[in-house]
Amino acid sequence: MVRGAQLPVPGPVLGLAMLVLAFRLWPTLAERFRPTVGVILANLSLMFIPAGVGVIGNLEVLSNDWLALLVILVLSTVLAMLAAVGTFIAVRRLTERRPT
Amino acid sequence: MTGMTGMTDVADLWSYLSTTPLIWLTATILAYLAADAAARRLGNPPLANPVLISVLLIAPVLWLTQTTYATYFEGAQFIHFLLGPATVALALPLWDNRDTIRQSVTPIISALLVGSVVAAGSAILLASLIGLPAEVILSLAPKSTTAPVALGVSEAVGGIPSLTAVLVILTGIIGAVTVTPLMTLLRIHDWRARGFAVGVAAHGIGTARAFQVNPIAGAYAGIGMALNALLTSLIVPVLVPWLM
Repeated sequence: MVRGAQLPVPGPVLGLAMLVLAFRLWPTLAERFRPTVGVILANLSLMFIPAGVGVIGNLEVLSNDWLALLVILVLSTVLAMLAAVGTFIAVRRLTERRPT
Repeated sequence: MTGMTGMTDVADLWSYLSTTPLIWLTATILAYLAADAAARRLGNPPLANPVLISVLLIAPVLWLTQTTYATYFEGAQFIHFLLGPATVALALPLWDNRDTIRQSVTPIISALLVGSVVAAGSAILLASLIGLPAEVILSLAPKSTTAPVALGVSEAVGGIPSLTAVLVILTGIIGAVTVTPLMTLLRIHDWRARGFAVGVAAHGIGTARAFQVNPIAGAYAGIGMALNALLTSLIVPVLVPWLM
């Protein structure tokens, strides 16, 4: 569907938005999804393992630059978390009236 | 394949199983169950990440049995392709928390914009400064977004999708491992802010970690992950020519 319409929105994200919309239209639907969704989200880590094992297919690139990549990933991930958490709290304090 | 002499039954069984992709599907699930049980028994400490432990269990087995990643993936793909539906499933925690989310729409949008640009921009900048090859930088740019989306972005800008997959998983593990000590050190106790930040920076693996710690943090991580999947696919093609 996304491919057909050439939308910039990734397919899974569009699916998510459509499911939220469906819950809004038919609120009882949420209860029917609850057991299945519970199992999926409790085991979210499982679904990342096949891509993670892909490390063995990229040993050549990784062995050249593994230290640089590790340093970049750690720095960039920590910076992104700090930027997001700092912005969230600062903007929340500016917009929420009740004091914290 | 590698059965020992005198163990013909085992060798026969192995040569049968190794020709079916199902053995690697089973191995992946078993490794996950073992890793998850171990992490739970230890009380889910940050370093005992189920994805990390599972990869460390499976990779040596593939190496010892001289199994290529392509062969492994024939079986494991059935799990891999659940990532898409799992992203869709985040609709339920979003729906359940719609009232609290509505109250914090402005912080969410602001933190998303800043977090997403820093996540992709800092990776591109740092990698350019160090002088990594262009295709490695391009593979690195979408690292903070969930795997199925990151692979598409990587391919679109000229990266190596299989390398992106590994960098995405590493990013997720790094975020999941560092978020709790980092936020505790900074004395940030707002579960919404903590969860949202780890979802933006470390996608589904960070979200899985957030659900381990607190349900509100998990829901907000899910929002961060979903929104960042959307935004990353839009901003990476813009940031790449600008920062490289």
